[in-house]
Amino acid sequence: MMRTAFAAIASHLKTRLLPDEHYTLWLSAEQTDFVRFNHGKVRQAGQVSQAYLTLTLVRGQRHASEQLSISGNADDLALVDASLLTLRGALDEIEDDPYLLLNTTPQSSERADANVLPASETMVADIVAAAGDADLVGILAAGPVYYGFANSYGQFNWQASSSWNFDWSLYAHGDKAVKRGSAGTHWSAENIAADIAEARTQLDLLRLPAKTLTPGSYRAYLTPSAVAEIAGMLNWGGLSEKQLRAKKSPLLKLAEGEQSFSPKFTLLENTGAGLAPAFQAEGFIRPAQVALVQNGKLAGSLISPRSAKEYGIEGNGASSWESSESMDMAGGDLPTAEVLQALGTGLYISNLWYLNFSDRAAGRITGMTRFACFWVENGQIVAPLNVMRFDDSLFRILGSELEALTSECELLVDPGSYGARSSASQRLPGALLRSLNLVL
Amino acid sequence: MFDTIEQRFRKLKSSVDFCAIRYVEEDSETLAVRQGKAEPLRRTRDRGAMITVFHRGGYGYAATADCSESGLAAALARATAWAEASADKTVFDYRQFTPPSPQGRYQGPGTDLPLDWNRKALFDLLLSESAAAKGKDERIVDWSADLARLDIRQRYVTHDGGAVDQQFRAILPGLTVTAYADGEAQTRSLGGQYGGLCRQGGMEIIAEAGLLGAGRRVADEALQLLYAPNCPNGAMDLLLMPEQMMLQIHESIGHPLELDRILGDERNYAGTSFVTLDMFGQYQYGSPQLNVTYDPSVSNEFASYGWDDDGRASEKVWLIRDGILQAPLGGSISQARAHAIGKDMAAVANSRACNWNRPPIDRMANLNIEAGDQSLDQLIAQVEHGVLMDTNVSWSIDDSRNKFQFGCEWGRIIENGQLKGVVKNPGYRGISATFWRSLKAVGNGDTVGVLGTPNCGKGEPNQAVRVGHASPACLFSQIDVFGGEA
Repeated sequence: MMRTAFAAIASHLKTRLLPDEHYTLWLSAEQTDFVRFNHGKVRQAGQVSQAYLTLTLVRGQRHASEQLSISGNADDLALVDASLLTLRGALDEIEDDPYLLLNTTPQSSERADANVLPASETMVADIVAAAGDADLVGILAAGPVYYGFANSYGQFNWQASSSWNFDWSLYAHGDKAVKRGSAGTHWSAENIAADIAEARTQLDLLRLPAKTLTPGSYRAYLTPSAVAEIAGMLNWGGLSEKQLRAKKSPLLKLAEGEQSFSPKFTLLENTGAGLAPAFQAEGFIRPAQVALVQNGKLAGSLISPRSAKEYGIEGNGASSWESSESMDMAGGDLPTAEVLQALGTGLYISNLWYLNFSDRAAGRITGMTRFACFWVENGQIVAPLNVMRFDDSLFRILGSELEALTSECELLVDPGSYGARSSASQRLPGALLRSLNLVL
Repeated sequence: MFDTIEQRFRKLKSSVDFCAIRYVEEDSETLAVRQGKAEPLRRTRDRGAMITVFHRGGYGYAATADCSESGLAAALARATAWAEASADKTVFDYRQFTPPSPQGRYQGPGTDLPLDWNRKALFDLLLSESAAAKGKDERIVDWSADLARLDIRQRYVTHDGGAVDQQFRAILPGLTVTAYADGEAQTRSLGGQYGGLCRQGGMEIIAEAGLLGAGRRVADEALQLLYAPNCPNGAMDLLLMPEQMMLQIHESIGHPLELDRILGDERNYAGTSFVTLDMFGQYQYGSPQLNVTYDPSVSNEFASYGWDDDGRASEKVWLIRDGILQAPLGGSISQARAHAIGKDMAAVANSRACNWNRPPIDRMANLNIEAGDQSLDQLIAQVEHGVLMDTNVSWSIDDSRNKFQFGCEWGRIIENGQLKGVVKNPGYRGISATFWRSLKAVGNGDTVGVLGTPNCGKGEPNQAVRVGHASPACLFSQIDVFGGEA
């Protein structure tokens, strides 16, 4: 139904344009059951049906956009007509945009995966049964997600898929918990029960007396989930062409050759292996891969059509905010099974949390340990850790102090849902660090 | 449309224990310029409704942009289905909660007049401030200014006759400048880089927020930072100005006092709290100078309203009085949940949703520090060795909202009671549970700034909600202060 509604709007608009006008349409829609859990029970359960359509009207080098919430019904056409009039009026009041760049060579595509999910009520019943008396807290999001693009040059792109994402934790006591998350297009009650049972086995470790560290430098192993938080800081303007040019990227010193990463560190934008759509809001198709960091050197950046026009360079289909949506970090040669042995004595950090820059221009960051983090002695987990704050440099963590990366990588699907369910994902290894600076 | 929606809702057939509809219309427009050129003009026109059902102890909701009769009927059916499906699995038997049936109307400042939103004139203003920021200085490498307007109308209707209309208008100005030379970059802004000068009201906000004339001043400060030494390291007195105090309040008082966190709802995402239910009424949260209120009555503050999104009427509540913790930030449902486990405490009208498509949860609204009696000069005069910091740029805190580290754009050394030179990359660390006890003096009304944030993130599903913070300048003793890389 959503595709039909979107196609009808695209066709309708063609009949409403004046001779010197063009349009682009971007649709992000979903029908999601969100079920929130606390103490192994349901806290809030509901459904959100939303469809946000962004209409951009273009006349020469002038353009203006309006995002509309549409219903999927025939009355959407009147809404679009009203929006068209509003935007037409706005075009009279703005200047030409020298950086407007649209794809005028149609590259249509279509992908619609069958929905094989059971009713969300069934998933909830499976989760509550598997949780039993465990203190499980988290969120299940399930249902179809749609992305669409169309323009007056005749391009039409569509992606529809139905998936679930269950992001959860099991608590032992206080702030001591095991964090897990999984996602997919097929639901298995047995797999969920097995995941929860496996997490339960770690709770005993978290019930051991906790160790409180003093500030200082420690050897550390970061799981792929913890590495994801570090990599996320690269994504906060670090890989954006615009931010690099504006001297606001935390990788400024890498770009200028003052700093370097470890040769072990290689990073791709891997749209071909990710979940995000391969088309973007100006109609450009994303390449399957974009090299960002190659053996420690800056190899590229994420370039939106607007930046491409502004700087006179080739774009690579990045969205306007120029952040990675399908991040892929190359693994190394340390088998995950040998991580504790290789760590010897130090920190096993399952999760990091609430990272930010303590000196952005220098690539210095801070953040907290969270969930199941352990003190390890001679390759054996000895005690859970009380939370600690680190403050260190990206160029140390991914550079001078990076001793090894695990050979296995893990696919992490973003459970985020600000505004809409995220389609971002990261594929990352774990990282063994010679030292990490703890400050509080 | 509002009357039509209400009529359609009232015509729906249902035998559930309770149901309500919250219909929201939200329109916005953003004008922005960057490096002397206009950015693309962006508008939003958002309409939708959420139906909430309590039935047989379960709680379900359904949100839809299809507000036709059949669309609302489908939403009611889905919300009812979720209430029924969860009734034997809920963390709380919702029959222990009696939803209010409110009546009334709230009209925020600026909503009674047409908005003089002249795009050409406003673009000219932004371009003029932007040009003043750049001047002809090659060291200014990025400069931008923006202005957004936001108009919201909503109606909350309950099946048992309740009906509340609320209308809000807000203006959000911003201006940011980056200076760069010899491998060093410094960014300075007007009110912060994340919308700190958001306020309710009309076009008068532009002048009140200081956008007029800001371009040259902010650029000059960015250049001063470029050549300033790093903030010193060590324990010293710390004078925080309102553009940083708003963040300090937000992270280390607001979030830890959210009752849904204390009850465990947020542990998988936004975190828990070092505050426990037995602390209310007796815990020494801060020094006797600390007085914190939830105050919906401050004119122009960003999160003023008449009722929260569960229909509770708003009123001023003292959360911390003379340093002693009094009440949590918990709405009516959280209050009922606490009561069910034997803990009775005051409720605050802060069960809020960011839009029609997210359910209400406990959120800060206007969370303020009450003014003290010290002028800014008096605050500075008390400092033998310390730093003044202003305008938040970095924020990080643990999941219990205890160990924090914050960074500011702007710092000034204070020596022997006098303001001295500018320092760059000023930051400080502390622990919420003890930090507020080091509050030494609180500025008077002349030092108060009204700020906020349009993007406070929390909740599963995620919600970015609007929050207001008014605060005077505050002086803290012996705080762990640090600067940037050498």
